[in-house]
Amino acid sequence: MIKRLLAGLLCVLVALPASAAFDIAQLMGDLARHKGGRAKFVEKKYLAILDKPVVSTGEMTYTAPDRLEKRTLTPKVETLLLDKDILSIERDKQKLSINLANQPEALAFVDSIRGTLSGNRAALEKNYALHLAGNADKWVLTLLPSDQKIASMVQRITVTGNKNQVRIIEYLQADGDRSVLNIDPVDPGNGK
Amino acid sequence: MTRPAGRALALWLLAMLAGAVIVWNSRFSADMSFFLPAKPSAEQQVLVDQLKEGVVSRLLMVAIAGGDAAGRAAASRELRARLEKLPEFVSIQNGETGSMNAERDFLFAHRYLLSPAVTPERFTVDGLRQAVADSIDLLASPAGMMLKPLLPRDPTGELVELIGGLNAGAQPNARDGVWASRDGERAMLLIQTAALGSDTDGQERAIGLVHGQFAEAAPGGKLSLQLSGPGLFAVKSRATIKSEVSQLSTLSTVAIVAVLFFVYRSLRLMTLGLLPVVSGALAGVVAVSLAYGTVFGITVGFGSALIGEAVDYSIYYFVQSGRLGVDHWRARFWPTIRLGVLTSACGFGALLFSGFPGLAQLGLYSLSGVVVAALVTRFILPPLAGANLDMRDLSHIGPRLKRGIAVLQGLRWPILLLALAAAAVLTVNRDHLWHPNLSALSTVSAADGAADQALRADISAPDARYMAVITAPDRESALQAAERAGQKLDRLIADGVIGGYDSPARFLPSAAMQASRRASLPPAAELQARLHTALADSSLASSKLGGFVDDVEATRRQGQLNRDSLNGTALALVVDSLLVQRPAGWSVLLPLRPPVGKTESDAGVDIAIEPVRTALAGSGALFVDMKNEFDTLYNDYLHEATLLSLAGFVAIVGLLAVTLRSPRRLGRLLLPLLLSVVLVIAGLHLAGQQLHLLHLIGMLLIVAVGSNYALFFDDASQAARGFEDFDDATLVSMAVANLTTAIGFGTLALSKVPVLHAVGVTVGPGAILALLLSACFVGRKGGA
Repeated sequence: MIKRLLAGLLCVLVALPASAAFDIAQLMGDLARHKGGRAKFVEKKYLAILDKPVVSTGEMTYTAPDRLEKRTLTPKVETLLLDKDILSIERDKQKLSINLANQPEALAFVDSIRGTLSGNRAALEKNYALHLAGNADKWVLTLLPSDQKIASMVQRITVTGNKNQVRIIEYLQADGDRSVLNIDPVDPGNGK
Repeated sequence: MTRPAGRALALWLLAMLAGAVIVWNSRFSADMSFFLPAKPSAEQQVLVDQLKEGVVSRLLMVAIAGGDAAGRAAASRELRARLEKLPEFVSIQNGETGSMNAERDFLFAHRYLLSPAVTPERFTVDGLRQAVADSIDLLASPAGMMLKPLLPRDPTGELVELIGGLNAGAQPNARDGVWASRDGERAMLLIQTAALGSDTDGQERAIGLVHGQFAEAAPGGKLSLQLSGPGLFAVKSRATIKSEVSQLSTLSTVAIVAVLFFVYRSLRLMTLGLLPVVSGALAGVVAVSLAYGTVFGITVGFGSALIGEAVDYSIYYFVQSGRLGVDHWRARFWPTIRLGVLTSACGFGALLFSGFPGLAQLGLYSLSGVVVAALVTRFILPPLAGANLDMRDLSHIGPRLKRGIAVLQGLRWPILLLALAAAAVLTVNRDHLWHPNLSALSTVSAADGAADQALRADISAPDARYMAVITAPDRESALQAAERAGQKLDRLIADGVIGGYDSPARFLPSAAMQASRRASLPPAAELQARLHTALADSSLASSKLGGFVDDVEATRRQGQLNRDSLNGTALALVVDSLLVQRPAGWSVLLPLRPPVGKTESDAGVDIAIEPVRTALAGSGALFVDMKNEFDTLYNDYLHEATLLSLAGFVAIVGLLAVTLRSPRRLGRLLLPLLLSVVLVIAGLHLAGQQLHLLHLIGMLLIVAVGSNYALFFDDASQAARGFEDFDDATLVSMAVANLTTAIGFGTLALSKVPVLHAVGVTVGPGAILALLLSACFVGRKGGA
């Protein structure tokens, strides 16, 4: 009995690193191995002033580690490109470029997406406290801003995913408005 | 002293005194008006106005380097706070957040009078539905983040419309909340002075204040300040010209005095010899001052060359008349000297007709200087010097010079071959000889120019290259014209021909436009009803838009915006710089921005001129490409200088032809001069000098000055069987006079001012060559 218990305990001890290994480090490692891919997205913004959410759809292309293109097709065509620290928005023939190095708050915001996609734990922990729940097949990573300036814009960011694929990013803004970005990979095989 | 001598001296003294009084009261200037056209075209007038008083001419770019980013940002804030209190500055920008709040508030408060989207259609049921739907769509985008808090009061998105038209292009980099260079290592500020660009004193004071305030704002010496801009260039160039005028004149005077003393070995003769020079230099300044009102520093700097040229006449007089006496000199040599003076006068006189004010002044200055020096030599010097000159006999040098001439004459063929080769070099390279633009004449050093370029790129400072200009009798019609031109420009933006434009009407619409926009706004009850219908199916409930209805109603009751409404915002400055009152009426400036390139680095796209001209045709707006105007201006100058040089040359040839009455003598006299020109220009080209229009003028002056020596040889050849029989004293006087002329022009070659340098390096060697080659090719009486 005791022998079996000990053996069982041993088994648990041996098995523990394997099952409990799904911690932030492992998630980050998995995400870092994701070299990019194409996905469709649906984004819903729930705003207090509007009775219905604003829905936009389009395509996203991510190339590790720091290039992200978000092409919105509805309701208005708009291209948002994040290349290293340059964020450019093109809409109605108007083009706007922002160097994020100049805008620490915006950079922290952008880093929440970029850090998650590229599995850059250091970048994430610079501005957020991280909490992980779930397992490798279905995980939920919660980012809580540690900096007062960022907290005045966003209360909480929740990223949901399976394996190394980010599926949902939810922003809860300081004023209670929130947006939910659903990501649907076009070529899931690309992820591994 | 004899009675005629006393009278002559008294007259001369009186003239000199009067001259000194005029010079004392003259206005001297070392600014860029030296280069600006005397009779500008309408386009050139825009250029001139912009250079003298345009906003860009009043911008100073400042960089703070050293220390760490936080220290630089703190110094930037402190410097801005200090400078803002001083009346010498109208605006100090360093990118501090909050510094644009007043402007944003103004735009928001008056959005229904300012927004170009405000039309009666926009406030119909359909218009409102569409505008609100667009705003909601915009909320889907990150670009809508700014709009969200404003939506209840601005559901039609007028502020977005307003800001969309502003310069959303290049913004400087930022570190620690203030502007920084692209690499982040320097904090950047953009300062606009109250002093006009043409007010060099004011610019100098402003620059001094920036440096002084910075020293107090950032003590300890860890941080350093770099500053550039048109004002600094003006101040520096004035300092260069000022210091050079005295340095070069002193240098040339000392060298010439040394030569004279070495030759005369007599203090009295040396002093007397300088008399015509001083008179000529004074006369030059007096003539320019009386004719133009303002004397350019560069003109006075030309004095060192004038000294070298004007001293020749007294050298001729002393050396040549020493043995023969003054009466013989007058009879024997004066006609030749007089002809030489006349040819020089033809050369300098040609410049008088130049539309390039600097050149015309140089011409008048030299012309009057040379003529007065010759007249003083002829009429004042002899009675003053008296009959007994006590001139040392220099004839013993003559035989040595003649041996030199013999050697030179043996070199005729090699020299001709060399000149042929030089001509070939010039012909082959004829397309690369000339510097293509006006910057060739600028006193800005390459290092300063590069520092300016670097600062400009780091701060994305406007260069204001393209501009549409409208003139109108009063402010209201000027603004209306700006609005009409703006509509045409909007179409060009849509077509991608231009990237954008600035207009005073954007912040201060014409009264008519304000009235029409106000008339587009429905009364509160009507607006409420229309909103209700329009937004029946919208996710934005009309009941949440009370603020909007109130704001529209407030605008309906509010008075006109006028220039004073803008006070307290930076927009006042923008409007004042784009809407300018001139003596003849009002001028509107619409700076145009080139279209944004496909890539980030591709910012240097040029605007296609013709489509803009076509679009603006009939609107009364004049489209000006400043760079093009500069190039055209320079090409006009160059073209004109070519014509004037040719005219001067033709005048000299004509004068000589009439006087000599012998084509053979004329040819023999001109050959060495033309060879000198060819050899000097080829030499300059091979030495790597890019030629500009002052080299061209230099070519004319080689002929004008060199003909003096050629004339003496011609005269001597008529009197003697061969050069062996030439008068020794005449040869010596020519050698000394040539040396002083070469010293005078040669000193200019040391100048850092391109205008003076070019004349120096051309005429200095050219004068010596003209003498040597004239000796080389001098003929014999009646023979070849």
